[in-house]
Amino acid sequence: MKFGIVVNEGPYQHQASDSAYLFAKAAIEKGHEVWRVFFYHDGVNNASRLTEPPQDDRHIVNRWAKLAEEHKVDLVVCVAAALRRGIKEENLAQGFRISGLGQLVESGIKCDRLVTFGD
Amino acid sequence: MSDAKKFMFVNRKAPYGTIYALESLEVVLITAAFDQDVSLAFLDDGVYQLKKGQQTKGIETKNFSPAYRALEDYDVEKLYVEKEAMDARGLTEEDFIVDVTVLSRAEMGKLMDEQDVVLSF
Amino acid sequence: MLHIINQSPLNSSTLDTCLNTASGGDILLIEDAVYAATKGNAAEAKLRAANGKFKVHVLMPDLEARGLGDRMMDGISAVDYGGFVELVANSKNCQSWL
Repeated sequence: MKFGIVVNEGPYQHQASDSAYLFAKAAIEKGHEVWRVFFYHDGVNNASRLTEPPQDDRHIVNRWAKLAEEHKVDLVVCVAAALRRGIKEENLAQGFRISGLGQLVESGIKCDRLVTFGD
Repeated sequence: MSDAKKFMFVNRKAPYGTIYALESLEVVLITAAFDQDVSLAFLDDGVYQLKKGQQTKGIETKNFSPAYRALEDYDVEKLYVEKEAMDARGLTEEDFIVDVTVLSRAEMGKLMDEQDVVLSF
Repeated sequence: MLHIINQSPLNSSTLDTCLNTASGGDILLIEDAVYAATKGNAAEAKLRAANGKFKVHVLMPDLEARGLGDRMMDGISAVDYGGFVELVANSKNCQSWL
């Protein structure tokens, strides 16, 4: 089955991104495809290259990037939400790309299920 | 429209206190451009998004409520308000900036079941 | 339909709205919503009353993280993230009550 995921909250502040990541990982382990993860609202902060958590904590940004690289997951950051919050190409983490809201709608159209994680 | 999916946007948050209502509306407008079957549901504090007469000058924030009136131009005409939520907030249909269809909780629940994609922000 | 809830029932009306509005199906409690599924929580009776109309599930890793892994109320099912995925896959559609 083809899954789409939406993440609406930033990393570390809210559990949404962690829940979404663990859901995505479990879906892939069960043989499903995670086609795209769309980051919206404060969720765009999950794509900041400047993120530096303490060494003994999980690195939420790099964890998403690694999952994307290993399993061909398309990580898309909403351009309008990103610009509002100061996320641009110059500070975008590897593995993510910035695009329009149409990519979210496309997830809804193309995926068998779209699961949202937020506040 | 035969291969269009049914998208429902469920709005349960008030405007201005957080950005969810505004950014949700932005997705609605884009979705309409994809020729999908779009409907909006307003429950709980989400019904406050539709209140007429919002004056945002004093908080130096853009009043985005006129955009609900523009939805019609995008062929988004299915706006549903849950009656119990409206009543609990002392509001009536006359308080809203656009025409809406008022549904009971049971009717709203049934409509949600019929959707392909339900988005909530 | 699968209804996903993530707010504590004592802090938010989300669970109440879902129980009152949704026409049935599965409910999955995640994040702070897992408190609703613990013995002695004020929401326990509501979930018990909703049993039948809904099948209630709780995300166990979230319950365990909150120190309440041994307090799950009777009559609901515990799932891990794999079970979460299965619930989504086996439901016709899903909705996160945000």
